[in-house]
Amino acid sequence: MDRHIKAPLDREEVKTLHAGDYVYITGTIYTARDAAHLRMSQALDRGEKLPIELDRNVIYYMGPTPAREGRPIGSAGPTTASRMDKYAPRLLDLGLTGMIGKGKRKPEVTEAIVRNGAVFFAAVGGAGALLSKCIKKAEVIAYDDLGTEAIRKLEVEDFPVIVVIDSQGRNLYEEVCK
Amino acid sequence: MVRSVNVELLTENIREMCIQANHFLAPDMDRAMREAHEKETRPLAKQILGQLLENLEIAGEDMIPICQDTGMAVVFLKVGQDVHFEGGSVEDAVNEGVRRGYEEGYLRKSVVGDPLLRVNTKDNTPAIIHYEIVPGDKVEILVAPKGFGSENMSKIYMLKPADGVEGVKEAIINTVREAGPNACPPVVVGVGIGGTFEKAAILAKKALTREIGIHSELPHIRELEEELLAKVNEIGLGPAGLGGDTTALAVNINTYATHIAGLPVAVNICCHVNRHIARTI
Repeated sequence: MDRHIKAPLDREEVKTLHAGDYVYITGTIYTARDAAHLRMSQALDRGEKLPIELDRNVIYYMGPTPAREGRPIGSAGPTTASRMDKYAPRLLDLGLTGMIGKGKRKPEVTEAIVRNGAVFFAAVGGAGALLSKCIKKAEVIAYDDLGTEAIRKLEVEDFPVIVVIDSQGRNLYEEVCK
Repeated sequence: MVRSVNVELLTENIREMCIQANHFLAPDMDRAMREAHEKETRPLAKQILGQLLENLEIAGEDMIPICQDTGMAVVFLKVGQDVHFEGGSVEDAVNEGVRRGYEEGYLRKSVVGDPLLRVNTKDNTPAIIHYEIVPGDKVEILVAPKGFGSENMSKIYMLKPADGVEGVKEAIINTVREAGPNACPPVVVGVGIGGTFEKAAILAKKALTREIGIHSELPHIRELEEELLAKVNEIGLGPAGLGGDTTALAVNINTYATHIAGLPVAVNICCHVNRHIARTI
C-alpha cells in the first residue's frame, strides 16, 4: 500500500505502517552513519547531550557525495544498516522512531524496534541520484570534521522508502527469501 | 623499439575515467539492467528496477553520481614491456588522477589512511593498483571504482580438492544468499577459482570487469556460469533484496592453475552499479 507520512514521526503513525508498505516521507530527517554513531555513543557514555533530538525523529544512514553549485546535496542513497546495529537499540530506547538504510538488522535491533514501537525503512540502494532529488535542503549540524559522515539535517519531500521491519516485528526481508 | 609514455597521460586519463565511471554505467551493464526490467515478473521488483533506470538517467543528465558510494578506485594497469614511463612515478601519477577525478567530479572521498586509526585522506587516495606486464608498447588502463556495501559481503574459501565442483557451487550460492539485501542486488558475481589465496581474489575482482553476456572461453566454465546464474536467481532475493526474479545479472568466473592440495574460491560481489571503464594509450 502506498502511504504518505510526515517526519518527525509519531508513534501513533508508526503503528499504522506495515512491512511491505511503500511510503513517501515529507519533513525533517537527520543523517548519521558509522563515525557519527560512534561519536554519539561516546557522547552518551560521557553523559553529554547529543547534537540532535532523538525523540520522534528519523535517522537516515547516508553519507552523500559533495553538492554541485546551486544544489542542496549530491548523490544520497542509503548505506548498509547493519553497521549501525551496535548503536541502534540505545538510540531507539532514547526515542528514535525511524531508521532508513538498507540490509538486514540484528535480532537486538528488531527487539528494540518492537519494544519502542519504531520502524526500519529501506531506501533503494544505488539510487542515490534519484533520491537526491527528494532532498530540498541539507545542512551540516554536527561533526563537520567528519566530511561526508557529518550529521546533516535534511528537508525531504516525498522521499520514497519501503517498510522492512514494522513495529510488530514483521520483517519483509525474511519473507522474500526461499 | 621502446616507446616513451609521459605519466601525465595516465593522470589525465584516470581523472576522466573516474568521473565517467561514476556517472555513466558501462553499456553492457546498462543493457543488462534494461533487460532485467523488461523480464521481471514481480510488481515491486519491476518498480524498483524502474527506479534504478530512472536513477541512471538522472545521474547522466544532471551529473549526480549514480550512487553516493563512489567507491575505492581500483586501477588495473596492463603495461607493454616496451613502454618506458617518463615524467615521474607511475604510482604517484595514478593517485594524482584519482585525486583530481574525485575532487573535480564531486565524488565522495571514502578512503581512510589507516584501517585502524581511520582518518579520511580527503582525496580518495590511495588507489588500489594492480600491474601486469604484457608484450607490446601500449598501456591498457582499467578503472573500476568499487563500493563497499557489496565488497563487505565478498568471501574467500580455501576449499579442498575433494570438495570439487559441488563445493564451488555451494560456496558461490551461499555467498550471494548471505549477502542478501546488503550488497544491493541485482548483483554481478565475480568468481576466481584456483591459483593461491591472493590470486583467486584478483581473478574474482577482474571477473567483475568482464562484459556482461560474454562467457568464459572454457566450455566447462561457461556451463558453470550459466548454471550458477540460474541457481542464484532461484534464491528469489530480487532487486534491493525485496523479492523478485532478478538477483544477479551475471556470474563471471575466471580460473587459474592451482596446487595439488588446494581449491581456492574467491567470490567478489558487486552491486548493480558495477563500474568499469577501459582505455588503451
